[in-house]
Amino acid sequence: MATNRFESPFEVDGPQGVDGWEELYPPSSSFGEARRQYEDDRFWFWDSMHWGHALTPWDAYFFEVALASLSQMNSRHYRIPPADGVDFRVLYGYAYLSPVGVDPSKIGDRVPQFMERAGFYFGNWNDLYDRWLDKVKDTIARIEALDFSPLPEMEDLEVVTGGVGLGSGFELLKSYHQFRDLVLEAWNYHFEFLNLGYAAYLDFFGFCKEAFPSIPDLGIAKMVAGVEVDLFRPNEELKVLARKAIDLGIARAFDDPENVSLGGDAGAAWQAAWDAVENPWFNFTSGNGFYHFDKIWKEERSIPYGFIRDYIAKIEAGEDITRPIEAITAERDRIVSEYRDLLGSDEDREAFDSKLGLARVVFPYVENHNFYIEHWAMSVVWRKVRDLGATLAKDGLLANDDDLLFVRPDEVDQILWDYYANWAVNSPTVSAAHWGPIVEKRRAIHAKLSGWQPPKALGEPPEVITEPFTIMLWGITSESVASWLGTGSDGDGITGMAASPGVAEGTARLVFSPEEVGDLEEGEILVAPITAPSWAPVFPKIRACVTDIGGMMSHAAIVCREYGVPAVTGTGFGTNTIKTGDRIRVDGSGGTVTILD
Amino acid sequence: MCEACPIIDWAEALPTVRSFTARMVSESTTDFIVWYDRYEPEQKPLVGGKNASLGEMMRAEMPVPPGFALTTEACALIWHDADLVDDVNGLLRQLDHGDYAQNVDVSNRIRGRIESFPVPEAVVDALGAAYEGLCSHCEFEDLPVAVRSSATAEDLPDASFAGQQDTFLWIRGLPPVIEHTRRCWSSLFTDRAIAYRHQMGYLNRGIGMSVGVQKMVDPIASGVAFTLNPTNGDRSQVAIDASWGLGEAVVSGEVTPDNFLVDKVLHEVVKREISTKHVEYRLTGAGAVEKVEIEAGRQNQASVTDAELIAVAQLARRAEKHYGCPQDVEWAIDRHLPDGGNVLMLQSRPETVWSQKQTQPLKRGGTDPMASIVSTLVSPLHKKSDT
Repeated sequence: MATNRFESPFEVDGPQGVDGWEELYPPSSSFGEARRQYEDDRFWFWDSMHWGHALTPWDAYFFEVALASLSQMNSRHYRIPPADGVDFRVLYGYAYLSPVGVDPSKIGDRVPQFMERAGFYFGNWNDLYDRWLDKVKDTIARIEALDFSPLPEMEDLEVVTGGVGLGSGFELLKSYHQFRDLVLEAWNYHFEFLNLGYAAYLDFFGFCKEAFPSIPDLGIAKMVAGVEVDLFRPNEELKVLARKAIDLGIARAFDDPENVSLGGDAGAAWQAAWDAVENPWFNFTSGNGFYHFDKIWKEERSIPYGFIRDYIAKIEAGEDITRPIEAITAERDRIVSEYRDLLGSDEDREAFDSKLGLARVVFPYVENHNFYIEHWAMSVVWRKVRDLGATLAKDGLLANDDDLLFVRPDEVDQILWDYYANWAVNSPTVSAAHWGPIVEKRRAIHAKLSGWQPPKALGEPPEVITEPFTIMLWGITSESVASWLGTGSDGDGITGMAASPGVAEGTARLVFSPEEVGDLEEGEILVAPITAPSWAPVFPKIRACVTDIGGMMSHAAIVCREYGVPAVTGTGFGTNTIKTGDRIRVDGSGGTVTILD
Repeated sequence: MCEACPIIDWAEALPTVRSFTARMVSESTTDFIVWYDRYEPEQKPLVGGKNASLGEMMRAEMPVPPGFALTTEACALIWHDADLVDDVNGLLRQLDHGDYAQNVDVSNRIRGRIESFPVPEAVVDALGAAYEGLCSHCEFEDLPVAVRSSATAEDLPDASFAGQQDTFLWIRGLPPVIEHTRRCWSSLFTDRAIAYRHQMGYLNRGIGMSVGVQKMVDPIASGVAFTLNPTNGDRSQVAIDASWGLGEAVVSGEVTPDNFLVDKVLHEVVKREISTKHVEYRLTGAGAVEKVEIEAGRQNQASVTDAELIAVAQLARRAEKHYGCPQDVEWAIDRHLPDGGNVLMLQSRPETVWSQKQTQPLKRGGTDPMASIVSTLVSPLHKKSDT
C-alpha cells in the first residue's frame, strides 16, 4: 500500500535483544527527545552507498568526522547558496543522512559570499590543488609517524641525558589526541574541493541536459572523466607486476595466491619492484575505507596476488591487458567534438567550451581525492587503530586485539589514562575488568544489529528532491524516493541509472563483502549493494554489474565505464530481488535489469 | 536550318577528351571504369554529374549501393568513326529547331544510328570485367543493376542536364547491360537535350556521356532515419523506423514499423519499440514487387540488429554533417551484400520540422562560470535520465 511518508525515526522497530545499543555512539549522533520535533519533520535516508553495514563505535566515529567535514565546507567556508550541511544520525547501528537546505529568504544573501569564496578556488584551482597534495601527504606522514607501541619498562637514557623531561606515557596520550585531530584534518581536506568540484560538474551537466534533453548521464561523464587517474594506478601497477613475474620466469609462484614464496634473484628482483610501488599505491582498500574490516592490499597480499595470478593467465593467453590510453583519449575527444558540433550556435559552443574547461580543471580532484583519503589515509588510520588495540591487549588493558573497536574514541581516553597512570605508578590497571563486560555486551549487540535490515528512509520526503549534492553524491532523486515508498510506476522491473552502456545476459552472483569478490566466476554478473574501486581487477572477467545505490559518479559507474562493462547503478532493490544463480539481463543503456529465469 | 546552333565538331572535341584521359587515369582506375568507392573529385569530368554525386556520397562514407561509372572516354571512342560523325552532324544541320515534330524525328534518327553502332571491343571488355566484378562482390549471378546516363560538359561542370538523360532499372546480364549503355550514350540526343542545348546556346564541344552501373537494392529491411529525436528535437539522437522488406509496407500504412532511438555520439541504442509486422513487400526475381505474409516467427522479431541500427545512425549522421543540416534519410539493409557492407543509403533530404525552428541560445549557456554555477545550484535539477 502506497503512502506518502516513511516511518518516523521514533517508531522504527529495531532488532530484538539490543537494549543499550545507543551506548555504542555519542549522544550527538542519536535521535532523541531533545531534538524530536526537528528530527521528526525531516527526511532521512540510509546511506547504504558508503555505510552499508552496522557501525562499530570506530566506524561510526569516522562517519561523523566525514559528515561534519562535508557540512562545514558547504555551510561555513563556501556558503553554498541553497545548501547547508548534511545532518547525520546513527539508528540501530546504521548511518542516516538528512540534507539541510537554506531558508529560501536567505539564499540571496549568500550568493555574493559564495561567488567570492568559491570564485577564488575556481580561479586558483591548480595552485590550490598542488598545495592540497602536499598538505594531504604531510597529514598522512604525520599519522604514519604516530607511535602506539607498548610503554617501556624504562625510558631510554637519552630522555634523561637530553634533558627532555617528558616520557613515553605522555607521548602516547599526546599521540592519541593528535591521531584524532589528524583524522579530522584529513577529512576536512577531503571536502576542501569536493563540493565545489561537483558544483562545476553539475553546471556543465545542466547545460548538456538543456542542449540535448536525452543525453545519457554517462555521455556527460565521459566528456569530463580523466584518462590517467590516480584511482586506476594500483590496478595498473598490478598489471606491471604480473608482466614482471612472467619476464623473470616466476609466474608459477603466483598459482596459489595464499601461498606465494619468492626465492632466488628473480624473487628478490620482483620483490624490489613491488617495494618500489607499494607506497603509496598498495595502501588500497578492498572496501571503501570506511570500515574496520576492509582489507588493505599491502597487508593482505593474497588479494593483490590473486589479481596478479589472473593477469598472468590473461597475458599468457595472449591478451593485451594494457590500458589503451591513446584510444581512450581519442574516444573522449571524439565524443566531445561530436556533441560540440551538434550545438545550435557559436554562442552555445563558447559556453560549452568554458563549462567543459572548468569541469576538466576540477575533475582530477574529484577523481583523485578518493585515493588519497579513503584509500591511502584511511589505510594508515586503520593500521594505527589496530596497533593501538594490539598494544592495549598486550599489556592487559583489553582482552583481545579488536576489543578497542567496541570502545568509543572518547572513552579510549579513560583506558589510556588507566594505562598511563598505572604504568607510572607501577600498579594494577582497572580497564580489563571495567571494559571487558561492556565490550562483550556491545560485541553481541553489534552482531544483532548486523543481521537487521534497516529501512531505506525515514520521515517526510520533500515534494521534489532538488538538493544538488544529494542527487550528485547519492543518486537520490524524486523517482528513487517514490520507488522506496512503493509509488514508483515500474512495479515489476528493476530500474536504475544507465551507468555504463551495453546489454548483457548472464548468471547473477550476489557479493556483499570484499571477501566474496573472489567467488566471481568468469562471465558472471556482479550484483552488489555497492562496489569499490579496488574490485577493478575483477571487472575484466564479469559480464555486467548491478548495484543498489550509487550516483552517476559512483565508483561502480566509473570503473564499469572504464572496463566497458554494462552497468545499472542505484537500483534500490537489486540485491533484494535478484538471487545468486538467476539468469538476468542488464541493459546498461536503458537502466533496466530483467530476471529471465 | 539553324545558323546559330553550333554544330558538333568531334574532331575538335576528341583531343580535349584525350587530354582528360592522360591527366586522370590513375592506378585506382582501370581504363574506362571508375568504381564509386574509389572516386576522386578530379574525375568528375570523366564520370558526369550523377556518377560524381554517387562517388561523393561514398567518399563521405555514405554507402550508396555499389557500382561503377563507365567514363566519357568510352563513349568518345565511337566518334573515331568518321561516318558516324558525318551522319550525326548531317542530321543536326538540317534541323529546324522550331519544328517540334522534326526535332523528335531527328532525335530518333540520331539515336537509332548510335544504338546500331557496334560498341567498341575495348569498351565491351572493360564493361564485362567490371560487371563481373560487381556480381562477384555481391555473390550474385547476373546481378540486377540500374544503368544510368551521367552527362558532362567541359564548360558546364554542374549543368548535368538533369532529368534529360535516361535511366534503366532491373537490367540483368552483360548483353543487356551493354545494350543499355549504348542507349545511355544515345540519350545525349534526346529531343529535349537537343532543344535545351540549342536554347541555352551551349557549345556542343566537350559534351560527354558517362554511364553508371549500380546494384539494384534488394532489402531485407528498410526504413527512414531522422537525425534528431522528433519528440524533443534532441540532435544527439537519431530516430529510426524499420520494417521487413521494401519501404512500401510502411509508406502505405499497412505495417507499424519498429521504432528506435540511437545515440549518435555514443553509438548506443537507447530506446526500442518492436511492433508486430504482418506483411512485407519483396522483390520477385524479375524485378517486380510482391506483397507477402510474414511468417509467425519473424513478425515480432526486430527487423534490424543493433549493429545495423548503429550503422544506419552513423550514415545518417554523416549525411547530416556532409549537408550541414538535419537530414531525413532513406536506408536499406541489402540481402546480397556482405555483413558490415550491407547497410545502404538510398536518399537523404533536409529535415523540415525542427530545422525551421528558430534556435535560441541555451538558458544555461553564457560564459560567466560563477553566475552559471549559482543558477545551477539554486534551480532544481532532475538528475535521473528520463529516457
